[in-house]
Amino acid sequence: MDLNLLWYLVPSVVMFCCGVYGFVTRKNMIAILVSLELILNSADLNFAIFNRFLFPGSMEGMVFTLFAIAIAAAETAVAIAIIINIYRAIGSTEVNETNSMKH
Amino acid sequence: MGITLPILILALPLFMFLLLGIGGVKMSRKTAGVLGILGMGTTMTLAYIVAFTYFFSGDAAFINAEGVRQQLQVFDVTWLAFTPKLVVKLGFLLDPIAAMMLVVITTISFMVHLYSWGYMEHEGGFQRYYAFLNLFSFSMLGLVVATNIFQMYIFWELVGVSSFLLIGFFYRLPSAVSASKKAFIVTRFADLGFLLGILTLSYFTETFNFIDMTSNPMNVLAETGGATFLGCSVLTWAMVLIFTGGMGKSAMLPLHIWLPDAMEGPTPVSALIHAATMVVAGVYLVARMFPVYCVVDAAMNFITVVGAITAFYAAVVACTQIDIKRVLAFSTISQIAFMMVSLGVARTYELPGVHYGGLGYMAGMFHLFTHAMFKALLFLGAGALIHAVHSNDYTKMGGLRKYMPITHWTFLIGCLAIAGIPPFSGFFSKDEMLAAMFGNSWLWGAWMTMVAGLTAFYMFRLYYLIFWWEENPEYKHHRPHDAPWQMSLPLLILAAVSVVAGFIPFGELVTWNGAPYHIHLEAPVAVTSIIVAVAAIALATVMYRKKNPLPSKFRNAMPGLWRAAHHRFYWDEIYLFITHKIIFGIICNAIAWFDRHVIDATMDAFAKVTQKVSYSIRGFQSGNVQSYVLWYFFGALALAAITWICLL
Repeated sequence: MDLNLLWYLVPSVVMFCCGVYGFVTRKNMIAILVSLELILNSADLNFAIFNRFLFPGSMEGMVFTLFAIAIAAAETAVAIAIIINIYRAIGSTEVNETNSMKH
Repeated sequence: MGITLPILILALPLFMFLLLGIGGVKMSRKTAGVLGILGMGTTMTLAYIVAFTYFFSGDAAFINAEGVRQQLQVFDVTWLAFTPKLVVKLGFLLDPIAAMMLVVITTISFMVHLYSWGYMEHEGGFQRYYAFLNLFSFSMLGLVVATNIFQMYIFWELVGVSSFLLIGFFYRLPSAVSASKKAFIVTRFADLGFLLGILTLSYFTETFNFIDMTSNPMNVLAETGGATFLGCSVLTWAMVLIFTGGMGKSAMLPLHIWLPDAMEGPTPVSALIHAATMVVAGVYLVARMFPVYCVVDAAMNFITVVGAITAFYAAVVACTQIDIKRVLAFSTISQIAFMMVSLGVARTYELPGVHYGGLGYMAGMFHLFTHAMFKALLFLGAGALIHAVHSNDYTKMGGLRKYMPITHWTFLIGCLAIAGIPPFSGFFSKDEMLAAMFGNSWLWGAWMTMVAGLTAFYMFRLYYLIFWWEENPEYKHHRPHDAPWQMSLPLLILAAVSVVAGFIPFGELVTWNGAPYHIHLEAPVAVTSIIVAVAAIALATVMYRKKNPLPSKFRNAMPGLWRAAHHRFYWDEIYLFITHKIIFGIICNAIAWFDRHVIDATMDAFAKVTQKVSYSIRGFQSGNVQSYVLWYFFGALALAAITWICLL
């Protein structure tokens, strides 16, 4: 069986939809952050796939993937720091309760 | 003539106004009074020098070889240049009527300054009063020497403001405040007509300058061409509108209602502004534009008719008033209307079969001069009476001749002058006016002779009720006495002037074209007017010399007429009805309804719709990122689907 583009794209789409589903339904910030990482990873996967199948002679897609992973790591660190601070302030990580600045 | 004196004549009162107005609070009453009197005395001297130089020096600039007096612009500087054509200038025009008015204004103003020192002694705001008097004198002098109609309009408004300020001088009295507002608003309405007239006229003539317009009135007629509006030529409209301004200032029917109320001001102010100078501004305006008026027969006839009706109306009303200042106010209206008729019947061209020419003009100006003197005298006399009795009503007076001899004799001279008894000044000017009126048409002559008879009657009615009739018993507690010298001296001076002013050879000095006119008494006219005046005085003597039931019998014989005249033929009520019931009640209510229910409602509807829509969609802006993402996701899906469908 030949591994064509579709075999790679389907998991990527499944991963993206799971991420979106989790992002929309979860109330816990950590879970939302995890869902966000799923979405990001599906996008990274797409970069790698399209580079591999459409432009095999070049490396830009791969480089971008590495770049995105590095940025995602940094961004996750910042997000975790914010969530920890929110937890210290209001004793909860539920998004419904972090509304004291809204009004 | 250099420009120093003319500039000083205008600058000195303005300077005194600023000095007393700004520095007055720091001055004592005496300082302010002396400064005001000295300032006006100096102005008077300067004005006399200018006027006498103009009339009697024989300089070629003032009078040419044929003895025709010239119009001279001493200076004329550009003040506002809006466009090359629309230029407003300020200047000093010297001609016979301007020189005469300089004398009249400064003389009366000086007398009033002196008189006020005694009259206003115990009133608050003494310094402010003198400041306003100086402002008025400045404005009035600027008005009479205006070189162009726009300058005249500016000073016209300034005299209106000074009049407003002085009528409302006792600003704690509600009646004075409403009188000042009334005077200002009524004259403003008239001035609107004046401004429209100026604009219409100058649009065609392309100049504001008096000399340019009056030296060749046929040019003005030609420039307006055949333009018509609502069936009348544009020039007629312009001249009638300009006259409307004069009607407002000179209190002609139906814009006369402010003048009787203006008597709420201090009495010397009434003498200066509302008897001698400002109210004749309308007459002066017509005289200034006289050659142009002459080519517009319709406007002249309009002036004549308005004047004749006003003169009669005011004379009848004056017969029934109780307040002595009101009687004098209506008498002023009547006399000014006399001058208007006199101007209205005059023509610069020869009428067929009539040789009078500009006699009416000369007579009107003559009467303006003599009237200013004797009416100021009468008002100042009334002020002395009010000062002594502390009331404006003749019912509180009576039998005063023994207590106030100076006032009595001067007042009598004033009454004789206004009644037209020779040799007092009023006789000569009135005789010339009546001759001019008979020269135009026997109708105006007879009509105005009747008014002259009424004048004699109501003046002597007033005189007898004040000085004879029956003594007020309150004199025993409070004995009235003659006024202090500051007040008596102006009375004596003005009385002396009123006696001799008729012998001034006025026709040699002031005529419409500057050429001398030799006055000769028209014997039939003079005899008729003397007979009418004497008969009227005799009637007044019979009715009012001693207390008797005759006046009340007359009153009861025609109660309706008497009541109507006493209420001034309900003009004020008519105005109140029109303004309150019709304008405020009906028109303004309808406009207010439209404003509230249509204009406001439209705006409210916009606001309400915006608000409703906002409320209904505010849920989208929840701040909940997850729901945003969901919407975004579905939106992206929908776009993808649409793109896919389109690509198929």
